[in-house]
Amino acid sequence: MILRLDDLTLGYQRHPAVHHLSGTFAPGRLTAVIGPNGAGKSTLLKGIKGLLPTLSGRVALSKAERGRIAYLPQQADLEPGFPISVLDVVLLGHWRQSGAFGAIGRDGRAAAAAALAAVGLPGLEARTIGSLSLGQRQRVLFARLMLEDGAAILLDEPFAAIDSRTVDDLMAVIQRWGDEGRTVIAVLHDLDLVRRAFPFTLALAREAVAWGPTETVLTPATLDRMRQSSAAWDDNADLCHRGQSDAL
Amino acid sequence: MLYDLLVAPFADFAFMRRALIACLALSLGCAPVGMFLLLRRMSLLGDALSHSVLPGAAIGFLLGGLSLPAMGLGGFVAGLTVALLSGLATRFTALREDANFAAFYLISLASGVMIVSAHGSNVDLMHVLFGSVLAVDDLSLLLVASIASVTLCGFALLYRPLVAECFDPGFLRAVGGGGGWVHLAFLVLVVLNLVAGFQALGTLMAVGLMMLPAAAARMWVRRLWALVAVAALIAFASGYAGLVLSFRFDLPSGPAIVLVAGAVYLLSLLLGRVEGVLPRMIRRPHFEA
Repeated sequence: MILRLDDLTLGYQRHPAVHHLSGTFAPGRLTAVIGPNGAGKSTLLKGIKGLLPTLSGRVALSKAERGRIAYLPQQADLEPGFPISVLDVVLLGHWRQSGAFGAIGRDGRAAAAAALAAVGLPGLEARTIGSLSLGQRQRVLFARLMLEDGAAILLDEPFAAIDSRTVDDLMAVIQRWGDEGRTVIAVLHDLDLVRRAFPFTLALAREAVAWGPTETVLTPATLDRMRQSSAAWDDNADLCHRGQSDAL
Repeated sequence: MLYDLLVAPFADFAFMRRALIACLALSLGCAPVGMFLLLRRMSLLGDALSHSVLPGAAIGFLLGGLSLPAMGLGGFVAGLTVALLSGLATRFTALREDANFAAFYLISLASGVMIVSAHGSNVDLMHVLFGSVLAVDDLSLLLVASIASVTLCGFALLYRPLVAECFDPGFLRAVGGGGGWVHLAFLVLVVLNLVAGFQALGTLMAVGLMMLPAAAARMWVRRLWALVAVAALIAFASGYAGLVLSFRFDLPSGPAIVLVAGAVYLLSLLLGRVEGVLPRMIRRPHFEA
């Protein structure tokens, strides 16, 4: 899927968190999004998925295409105490086909079992989600993403507070998504991991500091600029007139 | 002897039989509602809603006398209005849902008391506040049973979106399932069951058969369907035991039922298999790693 941003500005109460961002995510490839806290990384993913209204500009996607984007929020704000089985959580990934009322059937169940096996949790269908460790829970959410079968997959800090073995296993899943031609965008902090596994990188500090092949982005100069611009953020900034002056 | 205590009241008196059936219907409807209220951390919200039913019930009472359909319809409208206004206020202002619910239910409760005391006697007010399951007539029984049926069908239909919304609301929004209508449909079911409950238990304690069995069930089992089943069982057992006690010792039936449910809850806290106080204190040998 081609994900193109046209002069996209996203934010809260007129304060931009992502400012005049334009570019295209490499289709069918893995792109890492890096940046300091408050750089707008999560906001960008939400904006792409359509969970936030745009302040200006646009994400060039049809509604049907948006439905084909699977999205894993940051430490998903889920309720781990809820008495739901692992199988049911994974089957939620079937929502696009089955909706709120449709049947799921044997194929869906088989797909869920296969997805659980693929994330290294075979046979755990009947356990409740609350009895799992944090790493196992993240594996379950990845199994759900597999069922969603998204043409593009957005991951917001999927490896925060996750043990390294789980990271390795789930990275293998992400690699497979790339091999299958899915566009993957992942917010990450581990720059070594980005260098190792992600061919493309967007360095974000409200605006794009650099965007392209990872080896050209992850340079000392870029990282330095990213840090500097985060220090200069002003939450009481004047109104932005960019774009408007072009129109006049 | 035991027959006299446990069976005779129901064999001999039609009003006791009707009360028992009303309790059964209430238990079936209230169990899933209470369980989802609990799991959504809305236990106190249910309480607030139950009080907000009062002005509608009072107006229904003034217009139609002591008939459950008239009071029920009024209560349903009042409860739903409070739920909707609170929802709107939460969406469009900075105040959070619990604050708005508290505010609107207080307004509603006060207007209810005002209406009743301006136009009726205190006896009437006591009726609405405390209900009387022993006065259930056939029409009321039909209403309570219909509400239980609608509730069970509603939950069967809403089960998936409701579970999704409780467990991971962000996911539901992301897949375009929209949480708003699910929440609203759930609130309608809550208000319906409060209306069913207030004939038996009064507006003050209508949530009694929802929250106490639900909280108690949480201490015994872990699966969702088992939780609902156990809650329904506890609710019905409390209804039965409460009726027997109230008959034998000439106690008011509503409080008797709620107190039995409360006793079951307290016992469950102590003895419950799932993290109860006593099972926790008994140290058992652990398994090998």
